[in-house]
Amino acid sequence: MEKLLLLGAEAIAQGAIDGGMSGVYAYPGTPSTEITEYVQINKIAIERNIHRNWSANEKTAVEAALGMSYAGKRAMACMKHVGLNVAADPFINAAITGVNGGLVITVADDPSMHSSQNEQDSRFYGKFAMIPMLEPSNQQEAYDMAYESFELSEKFKIPVLIRITTRLSHSRSGVKRKELKPENSLSYPEDPIQFVLLPSNARKRYKGLLSIQSAIEEAAEKSKYNQYFDGKDKSLGIIACGIAYNYLMENYPERDCPYPILKIGQYPMPYSFLDKIVKECEKILVLEDGYPFVEEQIKGYFDKSGKITGRLSGEIPRDGELNPDIVGKALGKEVRKYFDVPAIIKNRPPELCSGCAHRDIYNALNETMKEFGKQKVFSDIGCYTLGALPPWNAINSCVDMGASITMAKGAADAGVRPSVAVIGDSTFTHSGMTALLDCVYENTPVTIIIADNATTAMTGGQTSPATGRLEEICIGLGVKPEHVRVLTPLPKFHEEMVKVIREELLYEGVSVIIPRRECIQTATRSKKEQKAKEGELVK
Amino acid sequence: MKSDIILSGVGGQGIVSIAATIAMAALDNNLNIKQSEVHGMSQRGGAVYSHLRISDKEISSDLIPMGTADIIISVEPMESLRYLPWLKEDGWLVTNSTPFINIPDYPDIKTLHSEIEKFTNHILINADEIARQVKSPRSSNIVMLGAASPFLEIPIENFEQAIKKIFSRKGEKIVELNIEALHAGREFSIAHRKENVSAQLK
Repeated sequence: MEKLLLLGAEAIAQGAIDGGMSGVYAYPGTPSTEITEYVQINKIAIERNIHRNWSANEKTAVEAALGMSYAGKRAMACMKHVGLNVAADPFINAAITGVNGGLVITVADDPSMHSSQNEQDSRFYGKFAMIPMLEPSNQQEAYDMAYESFELSEKFKIPVLIRITTRLSHSRSGVKRKELKPENSLSYPEDPIQFVLLPSNARKRYKGLLSIQSAIEEAAEKSKYNQYFDGKDKSLGIIACGIAYNYLMENYPERDCPYPILKIGQYPMPYSFLDKIVKECEKILVLEDGYPFVEEQIKGYFDKSGKITGRLSGEIPRDGELNPDIVGKALGKEVRKYFDVPAIIKNRPPELCSGCAHRDIYNALNETMKEFGKQKVFSDIGCYTLGALPPWNAINSCVDMGASITMAKGAADAGVRPSVAVIGDSTFTHSGMTALLDCVYENTPVTIIIADNATTAMTGGQTSPATGRLEEICIGLGVKPEHVRVLTPLPKFHEEMVKVIREELLYEGVSVIIPRRECIQTATRSKKEQKAKEGELVK
Repeated sequence: MKSDIILSGVGGQGIVSIAATIAMAALDNNLNIKQSEVHGMSQRGGAVYSHLRISDKEISSDLIPMGTADIIISVEPMESLRYLPWLKEDGWLVTNSTPFINIPDYPDIKTLHSEIEKFTNHILINADEIARQVKSPRSSNIVMLGAASPFLEIPIENFEQAIKKIFSRKGEKIVELNIEALHAGREFSIAHRKENVSAQLK
C-alpha cells in the first residue's frame, strides 16, 4: 500500500477512515484539531460522506458519536485533554451503556502546556472509565491503532480511548496504509434498554463492565503493542510508555540497550510483563509522558525501597514533557552541549496579530475601565487571552471554556461593580450560553463582551457555530434586545466603543456587547483564495 | 546518511513550508523523515521552531537531542541563536540577516550579526533582499532553503521537484520564481561557504 507523510494526528484520521469510521465528532483544540481537519478534506471521507463537521463542544461531540455507535456505525470523538473534562459525563457513562458500533475517543494531551492551561494525563480517565486504552509511540502505530480500535471496541462492546501527546500529534513521518474497510450498516442494539441507565439497568450494566475487566486485561497482555525486550544487564529494567520508547531508543542508536525493556502501548497495564521486569531487575526506571501513571501504580503506597524510579523519585522531572536528553540523563548518559544561548537573546512571546480586532476591543475596554477600577475583567480561552499580556494587561482570569461569564456572575453576586466578561464567539457557544442563562435568570448586573471574529481563531480558523446568530441566541436566552449592542472594533470607532461600553457597564442588569469583525487571519486567507479563484477564471 | 535540522523563525514567517519542502524532497529520495512542528498559541507572532530529521536508517525520536543538530536554518537572525544548544560542535548556522522586530527590546542588529559571525560555519544571508532581486519578495523562505541546500545531502533536483509539487496549485509563474529563489540562495551559500571558512582560518 502507499506510504503517506502524515502528522500523528493525521495518521489517526487516516487510520480511522480506513478502519471504516462513519463519523468524526470534535471541537477544535490544540493538539487534536488536525485529526478532524484531515477528515474534512480527505477524498474517501468526502465520497463516503463521513460525518466531519465541528460540534459545539466536546460533550456534544462524544454524545453524537455515542448516538452513531447506538445506530451500529463506527464513530470517533476527538479532543484535547481538557476537552475530556467537558465530555467526562458521556465518556464515563458510555462505558456503562456500552456500544453497538465501535466507539473510539481520541484525546491529545499537552505535557509542557504548549497551548493549554494544564498538563493532565488522560490515562487516568481511561482507568476511571475502566476501558481499554491505546498509546502509540509513533505515527505508524497511531495509524494502526486507530485502524484497529473500532474492532477492539466492538469486541468488548465498550468504548476505547486513544491517547496521544503534542509531540506525536504534531510530528510528521511516513505511514503505510492498510486496506480500506467497509463501513458498518445501520443496526440497533440487541437489547432495547442497553442504553437506558435507570438505576436498575445501570447496576446490571456496571456489573457487566466489571465482569469483562479480566478479559480486557488479558487482551492487553497479548497485545502486539506491549512488548518485552530482554537485556543482559539486570541492574536496571526500563518501562517505556508510548512516545517515551522513542526517546529511550534515541539514546541507543545501535539498538543495543543492555537493559530489559517493557514497551507499553495498550492498557490496562500488562501485569505479567510488569511482574517479570520488576522481579528480574534490581531497579526500575519508568518513562512516561505526562503524569506518573504507571510509576505510581507499580510503586504502591508503602514501597519506600527506592526500587521504582521515574517522575516521583526525581530521576525524571515531575512536570513537563519528556525528550531524549531528559531520558538520557536518567540513564546516566552525558548530555552534549557546545553552545549556550547568547545573553542578548530576548523572549518573543506570542501576541495578537497586527490588525486583529481584539486589539481595538482591549484599547476601548481599558480606556473605559480606567473610570471603574482594576481587576474586574474575567476572560476566557482563545486568542483574546493574550490580552492578559502587556501592553494591555486587560484581563484577570482564564480558567476553562465559558468560565468568564460565570465567574463574572459570581463576582457580581459578591458585590463587584461593574463585573465584566470577555469571551470569544466560539467559546461562547461552546460553554457560555448556559452561563448567560444563569445571569439572565437572576438578572445579574454583568457586562458580557462577546468578541465575535466569526471563527475559532486560536486553533487556526475553524468554523464557529455562533456565526450569524449571536444576537438571536442572546435575545432568545432572555437578554433584553436594547442591551444587546453590536459594535465594529476599528480604531476609527474607538470613541463610540468607549461610549457604548460605558453605558452598559453602568446598567444594573445583563448586557451583551458584540464587537464584530472577522479574524484578520481568516479574512486574509479568504481574500487570497478569492484571488486564486479569479485567477483560474481568467485562465 | 543523517541530517538533523533545526528550523527557526517567528510564527507566520513560513518555516513550516521550508520543512514541508525538505521533507518532500527527502521522501522522494526514499529517506526516513521525522518532522516536529509547533501549532497553536505560539504561532501568533511568537518564537517558533521545527525539528526535522532525515536519515537512511530508522529514526527514533521526533525531537533532536541537544548538541547534535547538523544545521540550524533560520529565517530570522535573533531566532537563529535561540536554538544554539542543539547545534553540534561543527554544525552550520544558516540564517537570514533581516530582523523581524515585534518586541520592544529587540537587540542591536549589529551585535546580533557579530554573534552569528563568531561561528566558523555560518552563512549570513539577506534573504529578503535576494528574494526582491529575483522579483519574488515573498520567497525569502525559499531563498533560505536554497542557502541551506548545499549542507543537506539531497540532490538539488529533489528540491526543485518538491517546489513544483507544493506550488503547482499557484501556477507555473510562481513555481518558476521559487525555483529561481532556491538557486539564488544556493549560489550565495556556495560562494560564501569557502570565504567564511578561509577568513576564520586566517
